[in-house]
Amino acid sequence: MAEYSALSLLANALKGNKDWKPAWRKPDPKASYDVIIIGGGGHGLSTAYYLAKEHGITNVAVLEKGWLGSGNVGRNTTAVRSNYLLPANTRFYEHSMKLWENLSHDLNYNVMFSQRGCLNLAHTPAQFDDYARRGNAMRHLGVDAELMTPAQIKRLIPALDISSDARFPVVGGLMQRRAGTARHDAVAWGYARGADRRGVDIIENCEVTGFLRDGDRITGVTTSRGDIRAKKVAVAVAGSTGRVMQLAGIETMPIESHVLQAFVTESLKPFIDTVVTFGMGHFYMSQSDKGGLVYGGDIDGYNSYAQRGNLPIVDEVMSEMLALFPGLARVRMLRSWGGVCDMSMDGSPIITTGPLPGMYLNCGWCYGGFKATPASGWCFAWTIAKDEPHDLNAPFTLDRFHRGLVIDDKGQGANPRLH
Amino acid sequence: MLITCPYCGPRDVIEFTYQGDGNRERPDPASQNFEAWNAYVYDRLNPAGDHNEIWQHSGGCRAHLRVVRNTLTHEISSVAFARGDHGPVARRKAEGRS
Ligand SMILES: Cc1cc2nc3c(=O)[nH]c(=O)nc-3n(C[C@H](O)[C@H](O)[C@H](O)COP(=O)(O)OP(=O)(O)OC[C@H]3O[C@@H](n4cnc5c(N)ncnc54)[C@H](O)[C@@H]3O)c2cc1C
Ligand SMILES: [Zn+2]
Repeated sequence: MAEYSALSLLANALKGNKDWKPAWRKPDPKASYDVIIIGGGGHGLSTAYYLAKEHGITNVAVLEKGWLGSGNVGRNTTAVRSNYLLPANTRFYEHSMKLWENLSHDLNYNVMFSQRGCLNLAHTPAQFDDYARRGNAMRHLGVDAELMTPAQIKRLIPALDISSDARFPVVGGLMQRRAGTARHDAVAWGYARGADRRGVDIIENCEVTGFLRDGDRITGVTTSRGDIRAKKVAVAVAGSTGRVMQLAGIETMPIESHVLQAFVTESLKPFIDTVVTFGMGHFYMSQSDKGGLVYGGDIDGYNSYAQRGNLPIVDEVMSEMLALFPGLARVRMLRSWGGVCDMSMDGSPIITTGPLPGMYLNCGWCYGGFKATPASGWCFAWTIAKDEPHDLNAPFTLDRFHRGLVIDDKGQGANPRLH
Repeated sequence: MLITCPYCGPRDVIEFTYQGDGNRERPDPASQNFEAWNAYVYDRLNPAGDHNEIWQHSGGCRAHLRVVRNTLTHEISSVAFARGDHGPVARRKAEGRS
């Protein structure tokens, strides 16, 4: 498969773009593999890529029930940041940020990573103090963080209402300049192409319907395209974690599935060139390269496997948007959609060996796992290859709930709908 | 989504607050059964289909309700007051966690 380059772009453009080859093969499943990864989302594909690249394990299949990108990797609002409070999170997400910073080169695929910054707005002095604390915690670990005054914020985002009679006056903000956005589909496609060219079989339209076992040990999977055996079976199915684990006889998990909606407006001229988040409710917004404002807010807040949302949240998100940007009142919303998120009990992910022998589990991304895609795959590949976690994901085991070592960045307790 | 409160009648979901999984059983406060407390706090059934859940009619009569709702279709098949001896419609097996 050819490298993408300025020359190949030009040559194909001159030939009417008729000679591009598919970015990955469409192989039939083999009878067995060293590693099967269930779920062809960003995390499953990056895991396959790093298994091959970092550990030389290439006899690998990624099984995806739909098409690549049909899950959350293609449904998210593309924000990438590493501005967490707790050290376990900060280290892990900063590792991800470093991988993002070189990802297009590493994959030879333009994932359009754009470090346009991410600004969290504070609306009370107490909240501003809290952001100062978070910024200091980040800087202790070598992550960039900067407090901004209302005047600096106004210069950065002229359309923002910072007047003192705004519904929620802006008293300052916490900015991470290295944060930003990436083209989500390209991330899936880039990892898929990178894994495929190293020998990984990516098998679409192949739903895992059960597990093959020898006693307790998982020895493969049953699928809509037949049985496939494997020495190791890795699960990375995001919002479907509950369902897939039930196929393995695991009835309960520290996970609930909730829907998160996202929205896009009609295209506008350049309006905002950073990611902004609202501190008084839950709202975040950026502008896509096509010009649409991409934004979202809270999850619907009750268990759901329906990949669509309900109206009350639409209403709430729109009011939050107008509280910040009254000038957007007449802008039309182009479309909205939902994705199913696996909300964990402490709001942090799970990257772990087990819970059954022969099985490896990657889940609990809540609605913040897109930014984690590179580090998640990198750490999961390490865990699968070596049968133990890397230092970076050692705190993110499944048994942390049992051991009383939860990683609760927001301090919300075991309340998935609040994380 | 409409929830039919047994006291107030059918009302829009915005009047209600979701209180989560209704299958959980709170151990006796004096209990030192670690497994039972752990299951109560952290483990969830999270089914794709009918789910027993607790909602509060916080914008109405404020009663807590047991609701059976399908997590794939949002169809609600039963609503009852949570208080009293209406137990959960299908309790999870006592040994449910693994
Ligand atoms: C609306 C929305 C906005 C978001 N915004 C952000 C954001 O701005 N920043 C951020 O960091 N995160 C965000 N997220 C979260 C992020 O998208 C997810 O945490 C992350 O994408 C999940 O990992 P994934 O890409 O591997 O999941 P997915 O892409 O969902 O991959 C899982 C795959 O498993 C497949 N699968 C499921 N069951 C089976 C089966 N039985 N057999 C075979 N395959 C199966 C599914 O089809 C799916 O393709 C957002 C999520 C949503 C829904
Ligand atoms: Zn009522």
